[in-house]
Amino acid sequence: MAQMPVRPTEPVAVVPAAPRRGRRVRRRREDLAGYVFLSPWLLGLFGITAVPMLISLYLSFTDYSPLISVTEASWVGLDNYRRMFTADPSYWHAVRVTVTFALVAVPLKLIAALGVALLLNKALRGISLFRGLFYLPSLLGGSVALAIVWVSMFNRDGAFNSFLALFGIEGLPWVNDPKWALYTLMLLAIWQFGAPMVIFLAGLKQVPTELYEAASVDGAGPWRQFRNITLPMLSPVIFFNLVLETINGFQGFTSAFVLSNGTGGPVDSTLMYTLHLYIKGFVELDMGYASAMAWVFLVVIGLITVVLFATGRFWVHYSDAEER
Amino acid sequence: MRPRLRLLVLVLILVVVLYPLVWMVGTSVKSPEEIANNIGLIPREFTPGNFSDGWTKFDVSFGRFFVNSAMVSVLTVVGNATSCLLAAYAFGRLRFRLRGFWFAIMIGTLLLPGHVLIIPQYILFRSLGWVGGDWPYLPLLVPAFLATEAFFVFLMVQFMRGIPRELDEAAVIDGANPYGIFRHVILPLSRPALVTTAIFSFIWTWNDFFKQLVFLSDLKDYTAPVALTLFIDSTSESSVGPMFAMSLLSLVPVFLFFVAFQRMLVEGINTSGLKG
Repeated sequence: MAQMPVRPTEPVAVVPAAPRRGRRVRRRREDLAGYVFLSPWLLGLFGITAVPMLISLYLSFTDYSPLISVTEASWVGLDNYRRMFTADPSYWHAVRVTVTFALVAVPLKLIAALGVALLLNKALRGISLFRGLFYLPSLLGGSVALAIVWVSMFNRDGAFNSFLALFGIEGLPWVNDPKWALYTLMLLAIWQFGAPMVIFLAGLKQVPTELYEAASVDGAGPWRQFRNITLPMLSPVIFFNLVLETINGFQGFTSAFVLSNGTGGPVDSTLMYTLHLYIKGFVELDMGYASAMAWVFLVVIGLITVVLFATGRFWVHYSDAEER
Repeated sequence: MRPRLRLLVLVLILVVVLYPLVWMVGTSVKSPEEIANNIGLIPREFTPGNFSDGWTKFDVSFGRFFVNSAMVSVLTVVGNATSCLLAAYAFGRLRFRLRGFWFAIMIGTLLLPGHVLIIPQYILFRSLGWVGGDWPYLPLLVPAFLATEAFFVFLMVQFMRGIPRELDEAAVIDGANPYGIFRHVILPLSRPALVTTAIFSFIWTWNDFFKQLVFLSDLKDYTAPVALTLFIDSTSESSVGPMFAMSLLSLVPVFLFFVAFQRMLVEGINTSGLKG
């Protein structure tokens, strides 16, 4: 669209004799305009986010299935929470699977992202092509289509086992083995290291080269330069990626759904928290219980974010105080 | 590390990273026997029939699923772009009572996991008759038109803060009110942020599975990702080729976006710094 010339759309109602009153009128008009522009967002905040959240908090204390109306839900107090923590073994499987997934996949993904970013950070021909191709899996990897490909690749007669056979190693049916199924999903997550890598690359560009030159003069080798310059200078970006990837990691759903055909199997080994929530709420229609699960999830994710920010104070360095 | 060695390492990593994609393309044109026996990337016998088999595999053709996906994605783009731009203008440029309060709440919803809200939203939309209604896409689209994707609001607020205030002031002197400033200053200058929002919004919606799985229950309403899961049920040897063919097709739009907007995507993720 061509640039529109700025022209008055309506005459301004300023009374020259009373500038103070004019300012007040303008303030009130801006107040009104602010809320006019904000109205869709406000409607969404209350209708799509806040009120549903309160409904879900209420439902978490009830026995509710979607066949009845919310007002008919029967109050059961803390029963759902009690059942969750003491009487649903699958719940604890889901917690263990999700925590394992996040604890293993997130650090490895960040290490891969940082490693490749460091390799790409030097002058190199075709760097933008490399950067783009490494980034491609981050765009495709979250889809059902790629999860299907991934699962097929680690099947008994999939490409991975054929590859192992070249070296005379007999493979396993990785995706059907409770010991290994989750690890194939972690690999799929790590495969998408391109998004944090791009952010690391941008961070690396910000590190002043003089620091490395000075360190070289002082006789610091590549490892010490990495340890004492790159890591501290990059710590805000590492922190940013860590928070983001951890929160995303806890919410993995699609790949686990595809691998297990929506069951979380084999033997609950890929029962991610969100998948368990989906099964309880939308397959077993136990929506009171699923709401309680959702609230515990929300509180735990909030706590993890708070803890990450609290520990960040000790290892995240900001190069100048202004940035804080 | 020596430059040549570094290049070699990078190329090796790239081969590993791209292998699954190339393997998918190869497998989508392999015959059932070859899928079981030929581990190479290139099929000995080119079998394009997988595409027509997959296309008509279910009672509703895949064409319909793709049309459904495209419709949901395009309308979500329209919704996100307009509603988030309006909210961002208010947050970024206007002074009004309680602005700081609302802004803090918006930031608070940035990290709110969508899975927490899905059950009450389902109940709400069902009670409105939207789930499985005449046009079952309302539960997917209405939130987009109400700026619930806080990430895009935030992205545009950041962008608008970079537009010089002098332009607003000049417009005010020319007699423009907040609506005029929005129409003639902010809207034309926000194009880069709108394009970034549109691209990411399209790709994320096209790939989204969770919400579409929850809200779409009728086969003819399925989007491509939901339809693809139907293949998982039928794990017979003969359906692997068609499954790969349709999976490949479903990734084509995202891939085209990648080719067309590669630089913008990589830079967009930098300015905004978000997920993939």
